[in-house]
Amino acid sequence: MLHIDLWKRVLIWLVCAAGLLLALPNAFYTKVEQSNDALAAIEMGGATPELTETAGQWPGWMPSSLVNLGLDLRGGAHLLAEVQVADVYASRMQAMWPEIRDILRPERPTIGTIRLQPSKPDEIRVRLGQPDGMARALEVVRGLARPIQSLSGIGANDIEVRAEDDILIVTLSEAEMVASDDRTVRQALEIVRRRIDEVGTREPTIQRQGADRILIQVPGIGSASELKAIIGTTAQLTFNPVVGRGSNPDANPGIGNKVIPSLDEEGAYYTVEAAPVVTGEELVDAQPAFDQNGRPAVNFRFNTSGARKFGDYTLENIGSPFAIVLDDEVVSAPVIQSHIPGGSGIITGRFTVEESTHLAVLLRAGALPAGLTFLEERTIGPELGQDSIDAGKVATMVAFAAVLVFMALSYGLFGVFANIALILNVALIFGLLSMIGATLTLPGIAGIVLTVGMAVDANVLVFERIREELKTARGPSRAIELGYEKALSAILDANITTFITAVILFVMGSGPVRGFAITLGLGIMTSVFTAIFVTRVIIVMWFERRRPKTIEV
Amino acid sequence: MRLRLVPKETSFDFFKRWKLWLGISALMMIVSFGSFMYQGLNYGIDFRGGTTIRTQSTQALDVAAYRGAIDALGLGDVTITEVFDPTFGPDENVAMIRIQAQEGEQAVTADMIKQVQASLQAVAPDINFVSVESVGPKVSGELVQTAFLAVALAIGAVLVYIWLRFEWQFALGAVAALVHDVILTIGVFSEVQIKFDLAIIAALLTIVGYSLNDTVVVFDRVRENLRKYKKMSLAEVLNLSINETLSRTVMTSVTTLLALVSLYVLGGDVIRGFVFAMIWGVIVGTYSSIFVASAILLYLGVKRDWSKPDNTAGNQFANVDA
Repeated sequence: MLHIDLWKRVLIWLVCAAGLLLALPNAFYTKVEQSNDALAAIEMGGATPELTETAGQWPGWMPSSLVNLGLDLRGGAHLLAEVQVADVYASRMQAMWPEIRDILRPERPTIGTIRLQPSKPDEIRVRLGQPDGMARALEVVRGLARPIQSLSGIGANDIEVRAEDDILIVTLSEAEMVASDDRTVRQALEIVRRRIDEVGTREPTIQRQGADRILIQVPGIGSASELKAIIGTTAQLTFNPVVGRGSNPDANPGIGNKVIPSLDEEGAYYTVEAAPVVTGEELVDAQPAFDQNGRPAVNFRFNTSGARKFGDYTLENIGSPFAIVLDDEVVSAPVIQSHIPGGSGIITGRFTVEESTHLAVLLRAGALPAGLTFLEERTIGPELGQDSIDAGKVATMVAFAAVLVFMALSYGLFGVFANIALILNVALIFGLLSMIGATLTLPGIAGIVLTVGMAVDANVLVFERIREELKTARGPSRAIELGYEKALSAILDANITTFITAVILFVMGSGPVRGFAITLGLGIMTSVFTAIFVTRVIIVMWFERRRPKTIEV
Repeated sequence: MRLRLVPKETSFDFFKRWKLWLGISALMMIVSFGSFMYQGLNYGIDFRGGTTIRTQSTQALDVAAYRGAIDALGLGDVTITEVFDPTFGPDENVAMIRIQAQEGEQAVTADMIKQVQASLQAVAPDINFVSVESVGPKVSGELVQTAFLAVALAIGAVLVYIWLRFEWQFALGAVAALVHDVILTIGVFSEVQIKFDLAIIAALLTIVGYSLNDTVVVFDRVRENLRKYKKMSLAEVLNLSINETLSRTVMTSVTTLLALVSLYVLGGDVIRGFVFAMIWGVIVGTYSSIFVASAILLYLGVKRDWSKPDNTAGNQFANVDA
């Protein structure tokens, strides 16, 4: 009657053993964490005796995955940044002007003079001297269009060219904007990741969220402002020809030029050509250094194409000044003394050593393709996290003990069986959390405590049912069997509905809420498993050994 | 020797005054809704944007001095509350400072936080900023939307599931109970003015799950008894089913409450609001599965003749007993 196949029993106990084994490292959290860090360090930079010793704190053959602690438990900074994707349109159009100019020049006999007109930053307006030539001009400029490689924009071109009276207008196409947005966010994500890696903090989370957002979580960092200083700077380096210098920020720069302030000199403004000669994208290296006067500076080197552009420009413009521009501020504007063919140079300015180091890091990691706006920022101090862990631990222990005692009092021996299952249940949750590398948050701890309370529900359903069946059924073994059989549909329905809400929480929620959804969802799965299988195996094994004539539940 | 909270056999008449109970529940919902409309929820920064700063200092807290220091900066609406908690040591003086959302999309400017921190340091030199959180107005608007959507989706999904597994009357009863629980919880939050943030939405959804758990267990028994006692009136079947499952209902509520209360007392002040919502939800959820869900089932009636196949009610999933 009461019978469970041997292979099933073995399987059930194996699952429990695996869960316990996977959960075990969490009991020695600090030790295992240090050991894991040491192992990672050895892999990166070779072994030292100290590292090997630290790594040996935890045996290598044991599982060493840990439950990640969320920011609210460990402390750290959280930022939600929005990438200003529209920034890119402007620079794209700016870069396009020389190309358009060059292609239209040979057509001047048909189209007349060409003049760049003032416009919104994301378009180019060109006035033609002979509007009759518009058809030809459109044709030529359309020749610049490139097809887009994307799933949504098959057959679409990257620019749209149209005419309004005697003005030719070039804008990015809709499809190109979508593709460009996507590229921009990906690039920004990559740059943010590189910058954070350069600074070397552990286990940062850098994720794309939605169309144009990036979520950044860095445990162990002092504050969100610190983090913002690292990733918030655009670090867009350009080399622009200088047109003039003055002290009026509102001076009329002339078309195709712009007025930007000097970084060091208060009240000084430069008029520079908006289209740069070379940009920081073509840098291959940047290192902090000192100039010939011993002041902090940054050495840089261009790649081949950058070096050629830079070389050609310096050759043609000996004697005129050019500006080194960082994020729309002129760092310095030296006069070109000679042809610079090698493609390397030095940026001098009034830097401190710290600033030059910082700048070198930013230039090495690359410029952000667009600015970031921070929509959300959170700093959680490590003390608060530790307090929360401590409080959570105590609360979980007490909750656990209370439920264990209550179950034993209510159901006697069967209550003890349920308690064994409950302990296994919590171990399984931790094992699963470690295995999938989930993050434990403060609401997640609440989820575990709630699971402890609710996990017994399935067992309670079974035990109550057995009690009822004992009144009518023939003999205890039949009652146990019927109890499990009849309680099953209620257990499944009740848990599936709760599981549905956990899934919705996971999909819709973010951060700590998601952590809660994970523990709740896992808790439901493990509690159903322990209630249906584990307690049953325990009860059957006990029953087979004792063969009691009557049982009391 | 067994601890028994519920006697072996019970035969309470839960439906003697079922209309009264439904009326009371409806009244409570109206009161909650009124409170929500009149007083509104005490939204946290997740939902309305702004900055909260949690400070800690060994000196006794002087809220007036803090207020003076921050008001001088002209940041608009600022609330300062002292936080008390049994888990704090004697020299832990904790305050929560909330500053309204500033102009623009950005969550906060670095300058503002620096200014606030500097002026607070002038008042309390050893002050420590244990957490600083800012949410910009753009995100908070979206968070509100997502939160409402999540609760609505959860209730909708449950409606469909119960409808598939039982019959539509059961589904309506269960969902009425859920809506009842959610509205009453929101009512309590608006009455007591506990901070309503993202975590509370998680708690609301958990309440939905728990309340449902309870309702489903009762309904499962109702379905079984409907087949077993074909001659019994629906009211009697409902009563019998609730009495039969009463012991389990009480056991599970007690174990869950034991766990939650220990978390409420010992878990620290950061999640206290969250745990409070869940405790309230367990109590309301247990009540509602009997006095709302079952009462509505009684009101709607159920098709009794299970022997004849009827294509309009129930479906192929209704008899799946896994």
